[in-house]
Amino acid sequence: MGQTITQKILAAHCGKKSVDPGELINAKVDLVLGNDITAPIAIKEFEKISAADVFDRDKIALVPDHSMPNKDIKSAELAKAMKEFARKHKITNYFEVGRMGIEHTLVPDKGLVLPGDVVIGADSHTCTYGAIGAFSTGVGSTDMAAAMALGEVWLKVPEVIKFVYYGKLQPWVGGKDLILYTIGKIGVDGALYSSMEFTGETISQLPMHGRFTMCNMAIEAGGKNGIIEPDETTLEYIKQRARHVYNVYQSDPDAVYKDVIEIDCSKIEPQVSFPHLPENTKPISEVGDIQIDQAVVGSCTNGRIEDLREAASVLRGRKVHPDVRMIVIPGTQEIYLQAVQEGLAQIFVEAGAVFSTPTCGPCLGGHMGVLAAGERAVATTNRNFVGRMGHVTSEVYLAGPSVAAASAVMGRIASPEEIE
Amino acid sequence: MTGRVHKYGDNVNTDEIIPARYLNTTDPNELAAHCMEDIDLEFPKKVRPGDIIVAEQNFGCGSSREHAPIAIKAAGVSCVIAKTFARIFYRNAINIGLPILECPEAVDGISNGDEVEVDLISGKIRNITSGQDFQAKPFPLFMQQLIAAGGLINYARERISSY
Repeated sequence: MGQTITQKILAAHCGKKSVDPGELINAKVDLVLGNDITAPIAIKEFEKISAADVFDRDKIALVPDHSMPNKDIKSAELAKAMKEFARKHKITNYFEVGRMGIEHTLVPDKGLVLPGDVVIGADSHTCTYGAIGAFSTGVGSTDMAAAMALGEVWLKVPEVIKFVYYGKLQPWVGGKDLILYTIGKIGVDGALYSSMEFTGETISQLPMHGRFTMCNMAIEAGGKNGIIEPDETTLEYIKQRARHVYNVYQSDPDAVYKDVIEIDCSKIEPQVSFPHLPENTKPISEVGDIQIDQAVVGSCTNGRIEDLREAASVLRGRKVHPDVRMIVIPGTQEIYLQAVQEGLAQIFVEAGAVFSTPTCGPCLGGHMGVLAAGERAVATTNRNFVGRMGHVTSEVYLAGPSVAAASAVMGRIASPEEIE
Repeated sequence: MTGRVHKYGDNVNTDEIIPARYLNTTDPNELAAHCMEDIDLEFPKKVRPGDIIVAEQNFGCGSSREHAPIAIKAAGVSCVIAKTFARIFYRNAINIGLPILECPEAVDGISNGDEVEVDLISGKIRNITSGQDFQAKPFPLFMQQLIAAGGLINYARERISSY
């Protein structure tokens, strides 16, 4: 019986020829990841294990990104605890403010995750790296602690849902729209405990940044991981970045899937997810008149250079609406610099937008753009739960970068097609 | 264990269980003081030791923040019963020793404020208020071992000391 790419990667990491869905395994990990919110708890738990040292100082990444630069004294204490742990154990991949980035943009850009790897991270959006053909999944702090000591993690081999995307994309439609549409179709628990394998001609044509966005939001459908088989686009992306040996796996033609869902992309418009669940998606033509107070472009979902270019292409020569605050957040310091060099930063600032240092900040209502009571934001982020970006009565509408930028100009949720 | 039920709906997410504005601490008692705040502002005041949370589908969806099960446990909640749990919350609860049970029938047969008795080992759930009995799904063997070892950290300590 054939195996899916997810099964093959997991089998290779627990010393087996094959694994079956439902099977519980201990898998070796190639990278363990944590941030300034989750790592401090993991560090406390790690101390309780009484391990002499971490399993491999090169295979742990610690990224201060959530409340960075430190938003208050308590957050500063958490960041300090992580930094001291990194120093004590000589963690190779600790990224200080000024050299860091949003973890899920930074880690693949630094070449720390490659095809065929198993990665766990104490952050739910760790599933992002499936875009390069790795098995990666979010876990909690205690899992992170045990993995830092043992170099392995217990996993239940997931069943796999295959998504087949076909058809040519309409203008302004990208990875964000495909994944919001998909979540709208299957619901926020439509892939609960399952792997989401994204396939089809549309995915083959989709650039890396769109693939990252899609895999990033697998968790918003309850998925254990999102994954895309490596192809030429993947290999081109990792060519200059790869630091360790990697393995390209493909699903067998006779692999067994829990379900196969075909999606005709030619009819998909830019999507908007209404409060308070990512599954509440509507095409932009059905949104109606939704006035906004804030527009955010950034986050681990849409903070890559291509996302900033897309937003800038809409904003060029235009002004942000007088009633709107627009906040643009590059994913990493490298992307920040690139945006400056390409003139994107100038476009944002001249339009009247904030151009920020990398941070998760507003996505989780942390800082750098928290909403007041009753305020409304359109954001390229990944969650629109109650109170996600601030006050419990505030609202978040999820969309891609072009819709966020067009909305910032119009003062209401708008399609880039409306801007001439 | 016996407790009074606080019942919630589908997709109770980790931002509702513990909002991110409180994630600048790891102190369980501080987290407990804000537990469920964005879905039920009164919860931290009304919860009593041993109380039970009952919810519909996909409880704990969203973030990986372990602060969520930590807040629930520190608030004194003895057990969470849901139709299904989001997978990271499920792992985290098992790993830190917050008892959880999947039992759709019990969720349908329990109302807010009911007195409920739970036997974690057998998975038997009894609604004392209505007199109905329910049977939760048993944990897989590996997870039973993990629970018996006292959570993942104890399990990891045993593994490390056996090297």
